[in-house]
Amino acid sequence: MLAQETLPEVEWFHLSPIIALVGGALFLLVAGALTPPWPKGLYAFVTALTAGTAGGLAMFLWDDVTDQGPGTLVGHALAFDTFAQFMTITICAATLLVALVTDDEISRTGRDGPEIYALMLIAATGGVVMSAANDLILLFLGLETLSLGFYVLAASDRRREGSQEAGLKYFVLGGFASAFFLYGIALIYGATATTNIGEIVAAFGNSVLVEQPDAIALAGIALILVGLAFKVAAVPFHIWTPDVYQGAPTNVTAFMASVGKAAAFAAMLRVLVVALPNFRNDWRPAIWVLALLSLVVGSVLAVVQTDVKRMLAYSSINHAGFILVGVEAAAHVAGERTGSGIPSVLTYLLLYSVLTIGSFAVVAIVGRASDGDTSLASFEGLAKRRPALALALTVFLLAQAGVPFTSGFIAKWGVIQAAVEEESYAIAIIAMATAVVAAFLYLRIMVSMWLKDSGDSVAGEAVPVSTGLAVLSAAVFTVFVGLWPGWLLDAADTAVQYAR
Amino acid sequence: MHLAADTSSALGFPILSMLVIVPAVGAALITLLSSRRPELTKLIALVTSVAVGAMSVWLTVEFSGDDSGFQFVSNHPWIEQWGIGWHLGVDGISLFLVLLTGVLFPLAIVGIDPHNDDRRRDKPYFAWMLLLEAGVMGSFIALDLFLFFVFFEIVLVPMYFLIGGWGYEGRVYAATKFFLYTMIGSAFMLVSIIATVFIASRNGVGRVTFDLVEIAENANFAASTGRWLFFGFAVAFAVKVPVIPLHTWLPDAHTQAPTAGSVVLAGVMLKLGTYGFLRFGLYLFPEAAHWSRALWLTLAVIGITYGAIVATMQKDLKRLVAYSSVAHLGFIVLGTFAFTSQALTGSVMQMVNHGVSTGALFLMVGMIYERRHTREISALKGIQAVAPIFAAAFTVVMLSSIGVPGLNGFVGEYLILIGSFLTARWWVVIAATGVIIAALYLLWAYQRVFHGEPDEENQSFPELKLREAALLLPFIGVIVFTGVYPKPMLERIEPAVEQLVAHVEERGGFSNPEPEVYSPTGERGDEAAEDAEHGADDGTDEGDAAEHEEGEG
Repeated sequence: MLAQETLPEVEWFHLSPIIALVGGALFLLVAGALTPPWPKGLYAFVTALTAGTAGGLAMFLWDDVTDQGPGTLVGHALAFDTFAQFMTITICAATLLVALVTDDEISRTGRDGPEIYALMLIAATGGVVMSAANDLILLFLGLETLSLGFYVLAASDRRREGSQEAGLKYFVLGGFASAFFLYGIALIYGATATTNIGEIVAAFGNSVLVEQPDAIALAGIALILVGLAFKVAAVPFHIWTPDVYQGAPTNVTAFMASVGKAAAFAAMLRVLVVALPNFRNDWRPAIWVLALLSLVVGSVLAVVQTDVKRMLAYSSINHAGFILVGVEAAAHVAGERTGSGIPSVLTYLLLYSVLTIGSFAVVAIVGRASDGDTSLASFEGLAKRRPALALALTVFLLAQAGVPFTSGFIAKWGVIQAAVEEESYAIAIIAMATAVVAAFLYLRIMVSMWLKDSGDSVAGEAVPVSTGLAVLSAAVFTVFVGLWPGWLLDAADTAVQYAR
Repeated sequence: MHLAADTSSALGFPILSMLVIVPAVGAALITLLSSRRPELTKLIALVTSVAVGAMSVWLTVEFSGDDSGFQFVSNHPWIEQWGIGWHLGVDGISLFLVLLTGVLFPLAIVGIDPHNDDRRRDKPYFAWMLLLEAGVMGSFIALDLFLFFVFFEIVLVPMYFLIGGWGYEGRVYAATKFFLYTMIGSAFMLVSIIATVFIASRNGVGRVTFDLVEIAENANFAASTGRWLFFGFAVAFAVKVPVIPLHTWLPDAHTQAPTAGSVVLAGVMLKLGTYGFLRFGLYLFPEAAHWSRALWLTLAVIGITYGAIVATMQKDLKRLVAYSSVAHLGFIVLGTFAFTSQALTGSVMQMVNHGVSTGALFLMVGMIYERRHTREISALKGIQAVAPIFAAAFTVVMLSSIGVPGLNGFVGEYLILIGSFLTARWWVVIAATGVIIAALYLLWAYQRVFHGEPDEENQSFPELKLREAALLLPFIGVIVFTGVYPKPMLERIEPAVEQLVAHVEERGGFSNPEPEVYSPTGERGDEAAEDAEHGADDGTDEGDAAEHEEGEG
């Protein structure tokens, strides 16, 4: 037919955040390759500018969505809704902050250059595509773009063995997970003869009517779940997380914990809640179990660690558990475009991204002063040497523990509220109980900083301007949202009206 | 009567909001100051805490005793998406706890030296103290479940750092234990709060709101639902009180905390638990509270006797006082779950009285430690001979803690016991033995520490200094005044308590076995027929009170 041969209409302006990110990455690569090394900080500045521009464009588009209502782009391949814009803003903000942290981290070791920044922007593009995808194939492309960027970034500190090991480990395991995911998509395609999310829902809507047990679809869902659970680092698919988080350069760890996690969870919501609501009673128990295991294992294993980076890695697993509690809440009403599950997850992702980047930025500063040592001992007496830095990390840690008047409290309250609203009391109580266990971990770091003295009087850690700026803005944001969360909640609430 | 209520609510000044905001702003100001200006830090801490104290006194003066509802209410939307408001109000139950907080903090801030070798540590110390004050204050006046939870949780952070940073040898362990214990309780409460709000919105309230009054007055929980929800709240409060067997954080935290921390912890922070039971447990879930009363009464009585017995065995003076707190708070829980207005009035009285007398005890133990650098009872001897004024002050405070008639401790304990006798007779019988053991452990400790011939080390025990005397004077003044003339307190507490009891009876679907006839303010019920025996009780009490008045006068 003629209609199939016509190229779909491309809404260029609505794609502008993605175009901006790709454009920034290409500019860095091409211009960086053709010119002599740029002065310190310029690469990072261009990256931050690109990410900021993309985020700003997404804010512009937000109004378009609210004015015209959600829709799809490029022949139904991409969703154009506040869900996508919210995640784009989250990913761009995280990229911006990480670019600031990365500058000092790589120029110190003489690795300054455009490649790392270009990879970051490309990975961010992948994340944005994942969160906006309305087609499983496109979602997979986004996932691969993101992952390939991450593999290289994790191994980017070529002189450190740990970094290479992290990159290799992540690559091998991540390759497996991607394969599972792709196989799952293939099976879903086999069951429905389409990869478009809107058509999948329609196809299953019919099959439910004739009450046909669909083993192929169920197998597909199971495989997709494995792939996604690996990407969000949910137990028992978390084994890579502590090693990779610890081994990768700290700026990359911050990037993975923020952008990686946010994009993976956005994809999870797209695939499960948006595309497969007909099977919600089949996959919801799986999410429940993943949430339970992540909450418990993440918090308990975090407590026994002695390396702060590793601790934060395990705590990120605990946070993944919390976010899964929100996903579980969304599962109860999947497909109905109601409930507070999706908004609570999106809010959590944004707030946690900022928190975790702030935390890792401080870890990066401390680690740099002690030759890459990020053990608990290297934080001893930080409050004496650098009170402002210690205060900032305390704010981040308290927020991660969910103490009131910090953004973390709002995030946790949101997911727990969503869960209770759907009467998932058990997982809500378990989540809060593990938050207490995790609080012990944050207290341990705080005790090191404030209450212990390092015997020798080490000179204060150097706080570079750009990293300091990232830490400061993250801390201000954390407290500000803790006090005035209303505007953010309003924005997140609109994401329930997703397109497909 | 109405006129009075109007003038007080038309204060033209958001006094309750200021009670929270002023110390918080003070803390923020101190944080922003340079740590090289310790004198300025202390000045700000002093000014803000005294201002809060003055406001709380003003509040008490302006408070109308005829109004049983919430006064000085300020209600503004905060996070409208979730139905959360900045809703503050004070009634007879919280009034004196607010006053106690307002007065105790300036005394603790001005009067107790944190012993910072490095004066730069003054800055975080005073900042944490003020933040703590804001949190405690907020918890007592919040009428929004979310707001209450926020304040209830935020209190942990400054207290954690105060214990951990300025405490004694085992401080890190004690601080961590304190934090985690309280937080696990809060975890249950948080889920319970949210569930309460959603279930209430479907059963009678009609919208999602965290407003305490709106939920309590309109929600109809099914019995089984209400019990689960109550349980969630109760765990948090039981840890905070603490109720046996959740009390093990308390001896550590109290003993290891710096003196100011102990004073605040015993004085006001433990009351967050007992106050929570009254304000949230009973008010929101009358049926569940009444249904589970046997459990709480039993735990309370175990707390009273166990706390007292363990206190007797302590070698460390501060630990002894800490365990005496467990016993005293048992009385408060006993009175709370007796569901009579005398007992509840007694509980509220006892909350304040325990704050004053135990606060003063910790203060004096702190003074002993400053002088002798030990808290071991066995290392102290014959202090009375070298420091008679110190000993006299200690005696008054101690007798108040024992509950000797004529001092404040007696009023609350007596009201609790007599009020609970009607509804919880056999529990009261056992609880009364706790009074006797209290006399035993405190008098025995006094005997060992103060009597006898001072040995060499205690020979030079310095007498009470003027500054210390000035610090203790307000405590002793309150102890004597309340003991002799409790009427101003009682008449402000009673209306709110009676309204709460009426609410609980109506909603809980039960009525107390015998009608109320006793009223400490002198008003009598009309149903005197079946109360011949009970009236006798009444008479003795008033007779007692009169006697003491004469005795003191």
